[in-house]
Amino acid sequence: MSVATIQSRREWLLSDRPASRLQARLGRAYVAWRRFSANRLALVGMLIIIGLLVVAALADVLAPYSPTFGDLKNARLLAPSAAHWFGTDDLGRDIYSRIVYGARWTLYVVILVAIIAAPIGLLVGAVAGYAGGWTDTILMRITDIFLAFPKLVLALAFVAALGPGIENAVLAIAITSWPPYARIARAETLTVRNSDYIKAVQLMGASPFRIVLRHIMPMCISSLIIRVTLDMAGIILTAAGLGFLGLGAQPPLPEWGAMIASGRRFILDQWWVAAAPGAAILIVSLGFNLLGDGLRDALDPRSGDQ
Amino acid sequence: MTAAIAIDGLEVIFDRFRALKGVSLEVKEGESYGLVGESGSGKSTLLRAITGLAPVAAGAITVNGKRLGKTRDKAFYRDVQMVFQDPYGSLHPRQTVDRLLQEPLAIHGIADGEKRIERALDEVGLGTGFRFRYAHQLSGGQRQRVAIARALILEPSILLLDEPTSALDASVQAEVLNLLEEVRRRRKLTFLMVSHDLAIITHMCERLMVMQNGEAVETLTASQLIGHRVSADYTRNLLRASEGFVRTA
Repeated sequence: MSVATIQSRREWLLSDRPASRLQARLGRAYVAWRRFSANRLALVGMLIIIGLLVVAALADVLAPYSPTFGDLKNARLLAPSAAHWFGTDDLGRDIYSRIVYGARWTLYVVILVAIIAAPIGLLVGAVAGYAGGWTDTILMRITDIFLAFPKLVLALAFVAALGPGIENAVLAIAITSWPPYARIARAETLTVRNSDYIKAVQLMGASPFRIVLRHIMPMCISSLIIRVTLDMAGIILTAAGLGFLGLGAQPPLPEWGAMIASGRRFILDQWWVAAAPGAAILIVSLGFNLLGDGLRDALDPRSGDQ
Repeated sequence: MTAAIAIDGLEVIFDRFRALKGVSLEVKEGESYGLVGESGSGKSTLLRAITGLAPVAAGAITVNGKRLGKTRDKAFYRDVQMVFQDPYGSLHPRQTVDRLLQEPLAIHGIADGEKRIERALDEVGLGTGFRFRYAHQLSGGQRQRVAIARALILEPSILLLDEPTSALDASVQAEVLNLLEEVRRRRKLTFLMVSHDLAIITHMCERLMVMQNGEAVETLTASQLIGHRVSADYTRNLLRASEGFVRTA
């Protein structure tokens, strides 16, 4: 691509008078991208997350050994070497392979929690904020009740009731993580519900349902995306915590938290068993945090003329 | 001729504050009616009460012969539309002009959307070049034109104007006022217009009501106002104030 075509493409994206719906939308996305990519650390965060996605997608290709079957006879608790990059664990399984497959479970947990918790929080918050009165009071008191419990303890209680397993861990984390989203969505809703542009749609005869869904929720979404991304690290850590306590992923699933738990027994002599998954959690959490910070700069509705 | 809007003894109370204290007025079909008064006199509240945005405590509002109840139905909003004062606040910041204009059509299930949007944009002098812009890519005057297009797209018979030009600078004000005049003539609309600017009201309206503290002070015709043939002291003060500061040598 020549410099001239790149130049003209940029002009097309930044055009003051877009000629189609698509161009308007792309132009907007491009402006947000420019603001995002100006932040180097955010790019690093995004690269980490892209890396996680690639590793999860290509786990079968990247992992040299099986994540669940080890060589109990010859390969127990080997130190990191050329054959086993991160060493092996007490069942002779290659830790590198387990971490590569563990990326899938990490993504599974994070994405499912986000898909369950964020819409619940958004809906509860937007409805409460827009409806006001009794609806607001009831919905927000329920939210307060959930907020009053420490997250991990409530998740523990749910898992204890539902039975251990990664699906239940996901459910438990989702149930405990929606209240802050409801709070954010409600706060955002309160700032826009009395604005003239919402009144204008009311004056067109729009139903409250339509107003909340199509006019109020879009205004809440960017702060919600930022918050969810920043919470991803917490979700990973909670999932790891549940795994560590034996209530999350069950053996032989290569879930990072459970891997640390099983490495605990050898932490003094065979440090790599716990250190490798610990480092993986650290890096991915960091990645999500950096990405969230960058998104805050790019999407914040209060900055600039978004 | 029947009355497009008839209001009788309207009371509006916000948390014990009586914003309107029994106001009555009648706007004839095709007429342009002005409401004048200082800030807080209740003129905007009157418009909001008609649209259902302000809590009506007592009194009756009749639009096109139909008495309005507590809630407004969709048919009402096809008859009555409103243009807000602040064009910077009345357009959704995340929607293109196209989306803004499509919304009323989608709500009322109107099929020929494409054509109507193009026509509405032409009518307010914007043309299709503006169709896919966001509000922040428009100037104040352009925004107000979009707001007018949005109000007109449902083809109402009554337009409520809440100081439609007070947030614009003088030259743009004139353009928007001329546009409104032109639209009214072409579509035979009824206007109920709020302003604190007497010059605008005398230019735009045939009859007007002066308001103070939520009450009607007097009803005048534009020529009475121009000729200073007013009876209430308050109106006289208002007229004097509108002449501006006079240096006494």
